[in-house]
Amino acid sequence: MTALLRNTWRGLTSMRTALVLLFLLALAALPGALLPQRSLNPQKVDDYIASHGWWGRLLDRLEFYNVYGSVWFSAVYLLLFISLVGCLLPRSLEYAKAARGKPVITPRNLARLPHHHETTVDATPEEVMATARQRLRGWRLQEREEEDGARSVSAERGYLRETGNLVFHFAMLGLIIALAIGKMYQYEGQVIVLANGSQFCNSGTLSYDTFRPGLRVDGTDLDPFCVKVDDFTASFLPTGQADYYRADIEYQSGEDLATNTWRPYKLEVNSPLRTAGDRVYLLSHGYAPVFTVTFPDGKKRMHTTQWRPVNQMTYLSEGATKFDPPGVTDPTQRRQRQLAITGLFAPTAVMQGDLLGSAFPDMRDPAVAIDVLKGDLGNESGRGQSIYEVNQEMVDSGRLKRVARENMRPGDQITLDDGTKISFDGVRQWVYLQVSHDPAQVWVLVFAVLIVLGLGTSLVIKRRRLWVRAVPADGGTVLLLGGLARTDQAGYGEEFGRVTEDLLDELAPEREHADAVTGRET
Amino acid sequence: MDINQTLSSYSDWCYGIAVGAYVVAMLFYLYEQAFGYRRRVAVGKRELVSVGAPGSESTDETPAEETVLERNNRAERIGKLAVSLTVFGVMLHVAALALRGLATHRAPWGNMYEFGAVLCLVAVGTWLVVLRKYPVRHLGVWVLLPVVVLMFLGGVLLYTTAAPVQPALQSYWLVIHVFTIASGSGILLVPGVVSILYLLKVRRPAWATRLPAADVLDQVAYRATVFAFPIYTAGVIFGAIWAEESWGRFWGWDPKETVAFVAWVVYAAYLHSRATAGWRGGRAAIINIVGMAAMIFNLFFINLVTAGLHSYAGV
Repeated sequence: MTALLRNTWRGLTSMRTALVLLFLLALAALPGALLPQRSLNPQKVDDYIASHGWWGRLLDRLEFYNVYGSVWFSAVYLLLFISLVGCLLPRSLEYAKAARGKPVITPRNLARLPHHHETTVDATPEEVMATARQRLRGWRLQEREEEDGARSVSAERGYLRETGNLVFHFAMLGLIIALAIGKMYQYEGQVIVLANGSQFCNSGTLSYDTFRPGLRVDGTDLDPFCVKVDDFTASFLPTGQADYYRADIEYQSGEDLATNTWRPYKLEVNSPLRTAGDRVYLLSHGYAPVFTVTFPDGKKRMHTTQWRPVNQMTYLSEGATKFDPPGVTDPTQRRQRQLAITGLFAPTAVMQGDLLGSAFPDMRDPAVAIDVLKGDLGNESGRGQSIYEVNQEMVDSGRLKRVARENMRPGDQITLDDGTKISFDGVRQWVYLQVSHDPAQVWVLVFAVLIVLGLGTSLVIKRRRLWVRAVPADGGTVLLLGGLARTDQAGYGEEFGRVTEDLLDELAPEREHADAVTGRET
Repeated sequence: MDINQTLSSYSDWCYGIAVGAYVVAMLFYLYEQAFGYRRRVAVGKRELVSVGAPGSESTDETPAEETVLERNNRAERIGKLAVSLTVFGVMLHVAALALRGLATHRAPWGNMYEFGAVLCLVAVGTWLVVLRKYPVRHLGVWVLLPVVVLMFLGGVLLYTTAAPVQPALQSYWLVIHVFTIASGSGILLVPGVVSILYLLKVRRPAWATRLPAADVLDQVAYRATVFAFPIYTAGVIFGAIWAEESWGRFWGWDPKETVAFVAWVVYAAYLHSRATAGWRGGRAAIINIVGMAAMIFNLFFINLVTAGLHSYAGV
């Protein structure tokens, strides 16, 4: 049993397994780029499943539309995580040992090393050693007396390589943990706010149109802050390409909430508001036509409802603005007299035959093409309905009937048969905001920076050894040098050559340049 | 701000002439590769002497060796000419980007055409650096080939008229993130190509007699990868920082992010493979090639076929 465990552990923490797991990770991540993902676009996933039959359903069952939350993806990275831990523990121990260790003993035969040099100099062995010590400052040195009166020094350098390597791998672990913590405590909510001084407060999940909590977030304990959207400006180039978007907002958080102090902020793309530990982003914008309905009894209702852009280039938008008759308490009565104004809005109107189109995303010549529907909107059916559409079932069953169709410009008014007047008063803009909260993301950043630093250090610095041996001989000293790069030989020959040249310049300045320094690279 | 059309068209001309210079340089490299083969025998001998004794080159060469040199001087000259042409191309390439930047008043890497141009510039620049350190000049044709193909595709299919960028790209992170990514990718193109040559050398030696020794190729690939990997890593992290500022999250498995991650993992595997018995050499080279394939896939397929957040202005 212990043998099995030990073998499993060894197998799991071997480099070969790590390599295979890395490949599996790359392979497992790939489908997420090729197949639609629920987290990015649930509508696309549904369409994909619908159009691919049993194959689409099979992929769904195998979690291919939720790759990064799937069992198999999690399994791969968990195994990799364990493998990483198993690799790092012994290496850290070894590192701690090496940090106190001494450079290894000088090999008997330096000529067998990949880099070596031999020459005779006039200096004594002591002088040679002193020069070597001088030149090898910054290296970790160990001098030794040898049997036959020779002296040698072992030098080693580049311990930072392993430091960087360990920093990189530990930072990797840290990053994964920070990511996991983030997944627990983060939340993300989106909300549409009219840019006419409307307010939004981060008080609970109900304030949002959509809300995605982390695993440990129930939405009862959000960081309180409020945002008021005063104005929105979009500027476009003549080509229709957006130049900038800006929402003029005011916000309050912390003590400002108690004192009701509002602070101004210009919210732009690439410039989110950071307050109360949360971030507020400007994601997109759109138009909200303003309609006033004057009911036959003279009562007026004005609604400004956001319509959604159906064309991102021209901002042709669609939507439905819905009215309840005022003062009608009887539900049956009310359900016969509800009104919906539905159709298209164009910021810059162009008529393509009878159809309203838009030529430009900015509001140069706004117009609406609307159907007015009267009857039962189906609000009491108990089912939620889209704010952009009328309930098609009600239309199909005849309970919601079209009573007018009209193209209107701001200021236009129409009168229905029953005397109800509908006027198109103007247009407001709305902004789509996202609030994000992730207490661990700063740690993700810290670890990411450490990853780059560790990686750079470990790849730039070479762990290398150099030995100098001085053997007394007739009329001088035989100087032997040897060099070995422990990790990768590439480029070490140059440094070895430089050290050798420097030593020879010092010890035998008048030597002929003809004795070559062999710096063979392997 | 207005686009300066004059500068923009000068930029286009520079781009075109740079591609032309690269094509001619390619032909010259090819000539050297084809006819400069026997020269390397003589050069090999010269190098042996010159390592320890600079300035004492023409000592005792036999007449036979001299004829070899004589015969191949021409190829050598053509090879040097190819390098000069490459440098000339790089200068025009730089000018093309600089002029586009001046014409649009922004960093000249705001769309796919410009991104490809930066990537290719870095790739050629990397190659010039490699040339100074390793005797691999005649391989220039194989490195310039993908560069010329990419630049041709960029100039013909992906060409975008000089224009300002949309609000999401108006950030100093455009300068930092896109440039680091383009640099990392550009450098990684070189080891990818060299790894293909390495495989050829190791698996089909008979076809590859004119390629340098396998360990030289392996070293070029390794050193370039090791240099580029931290840059690429930093580029991805800069991207995450920008995404946090622009899209509201630092990582969201957008297709581009996903494949960038996949490529990163593949290159990490390459580095690990070199420390694993049985994976050095051929297998490591294959991993490097897979890494390059992932980068190219990310550049073309993900941008042009998949709809993600990284698609800007059509391309």
